[in-house]
Amino acid sequence: MALEVGGKSIALDEEGYLENLSDWTPEVAEALANAEDVTLTSEHWEILNFLREYYEEYQIAPAVRVLTKAVGKRLGADKGNSKYLYSLFPYGPGKQACKYAGLPKPTGCV
Amino acid sequence: MADYEIPKLTGEGYTEVPAVKEDTMKGSGPFIAKADFQKAMGFPTDFAAVGELVPNWKERALEKMADLKGRYRSLQVYLDICVKCGACTDKCHYFIGTSDPKNMPVARQDLLRKVYRRYFTFAGKYFPKLVGAVDLTEDVIKDWYNYYHQCSQCRRCSVFCPYGIDTAEISMAAREILDHVGYGSKYNNEIIGKVFKIGNNLGLPGMALADTLEGLEEDVEADTGIAVRYPLDLEGAEILLVTPSADFFAEPHIDGLIGYGKVFHETGVTWTFSSHASEAANFGMFVGSYENMRRVSLRVREAAIKLKVKRIVFGECGHAWRVAYSFLNTLAGPFDFLDQRYPIPQHILEYTWGELQKGTLKIDKTENDDKVLTFHDSCNVARGSRMGDYPGGQFDIPRNVIKAVCNHFVDMPADTIHDATFCCGGGGGLLTDDLMELRVKGIQPRAEALRHVSLHNGVTHMAAICAICKSQFTKVLPYYGFTMDQIVSVHQLVSNAIILQRQESVIPPRPKDDDEDEDDDA
Repeated sequence: MALEVGGKSIALDEEGYLENLSDWTPEVAEALANAEDVTLTSEHWEILNFLREYYEEYQIAPAVRVLTKAVGKRLGADKGNSKYLYSLFPYGPGKQACKYAGLPKPTGCV
Repeated sequence: MADYEIPKLTGEGYTEVPAVKEDTMKGSGPFIAKADFQKAMGFPTDFAAVGELVPNWKERALEKMADLKGRYRSLQVYLDICVKCGACTDKCHYFIGTSDPKNMPVARQDLLRKVYRRYFTFAGKYFPKLVGAVDLTEDVIKDWYNYYHQCSQCRRCSVFCPYGIDTAEISMAAREILDHVGYGSKYNNEIIGKVFKIGNNLGLPGMALADTLEGLEEDVEADTGIAVRYPLDLEGAEILLVTPSADFFAEPHIDGLIGYGKVFHETGVTWTFSSHASEAANFGMFVGSYENMRRVSLRVREAAIKLKVKRIVFGECGHAWRVAYSFLNTLAGPFDFLDQRYPIPQHILEYTWGELQKGTLKIDKTENDDKVLTFHDSCNVARGSRMGDYPGGQFDIPRNVIKAVCNHFVDMPADTIHDATFCCGGGGGLLTDDLMELRVKGIQPRAEALRHVSLHNGVTHMAAICAICKSQFTKVLPYYGFTMDQIVSVHQLVSNAIILQRQESVIPPRPKDDDEDEDDDA
């Protein structure tokens, strides 16, 4: 699979995640989201940016609990829960948000 | 939401046997593993592209079949003795949910059996048509790949088979053959590779694990006022806890993990996780690969030796417990260096139940009064292992623990629990998004039983003791109108009810500076 972004072809794996994580740009994120009929708002971006920072440091997406806690701290307690995250990423903050943020898909019994 | 029909629930508590609809689940199966993933597991990689077979695939497949039936006497017996009585036909959750006759256990077995007959039996060699024997063709291989990835190896059919034929073993053998001709499943094989490379299914490196555990300690202290420790790589600890990596990551798994730590804290035992064996799951079993199952198991032994522990305890994980209880000693034993006075290995529920009986834990059951619980027996625990020291302990002990910490408990209908339990629909290496239709349809019998006790007994929550079950339920039960927070870990219930009495952990506090050296196990 591939995704056209700004005239460039970006390779995706079977499940629509980036084949090469270094291909990621904010435009790629927009395109990945648009392909699933999602328009990224500033609320989405707050999460995506956090995911990228965490990945940068730990080479893995954060646990759901780590994510909700961090979101709660940064954006207020009313947003620090999985309900809020699922309202932004209905297919699961772990998987859907990771896809747009250009992170590998979490695997295993999750 | 979906381009297929989601089965309707009646609330009656049982599912009607559906009229057969041929080929409803015909397809190409889950994504196929690329060469990199196959290489990590020692499988052949000489296929030209993903989806193509290796050269001489037919000979190599038959050679593998001969090898497996020689290694496992059970496999040959199962292939030989089926009398087509039909007792298994309506016992598989995937058949009930999909109506596809190839999901009847006997038909699933026959996909392999008819080829076995053609090449390995007298009648099949000379009179194939008389005995339903067929040639091994590319189409047969593709059918294997599709339908052996519609079996969660839950073994419910084997309970009802008068000969005890275990479809799971046949499906494991089929996957092992497929892995040797270029048809490995991406989901399973990518994950096993991560266990070898990083230490767990998730690919959670040591540093991230340490950070997650530190965060949990903060949360539990904020919540209870007591500094409960969740130690990593603590040398000389009494107990090594091996748990599925989903317990560090997903909900409600992590709430169960918090519970394990509280129980250990309260009983005053030293314990630790290992960054080397930071995974209980053993997907080597799902793909029928003895060699890979052994390699995954050996990590537990290595970690136990390195950390000089006396006991090994497994967290809430279904198939991990089957491997641990039934095979660990053969795969990675002897465990003569452990304390022989305790079960080797022990299940966390055996540990907690023992402490509850001793009265070590102070429990306030009213903390769970907002819930009416039921319990989902995980197939690999129910039908592939045991707990405690008597037959059926694996059914009683989880319920005993739940009843000791909750006031309201109701079982689902009798033919959906204990050794007749229905699979969650995502076990056996099928918990992947590319099999979502199968997972949605396969959960139907369990969803029906849950709906029944919801309507008639006011059940609000279902507890489970397997990472796969918990993930499958939270993801797929919403298709049937349930909500994801209705699924809980058993140790989450313990965690809610336990009132910590011990003011200080027997494990030294975490050093204050953040720069601990965590080794990133390669």
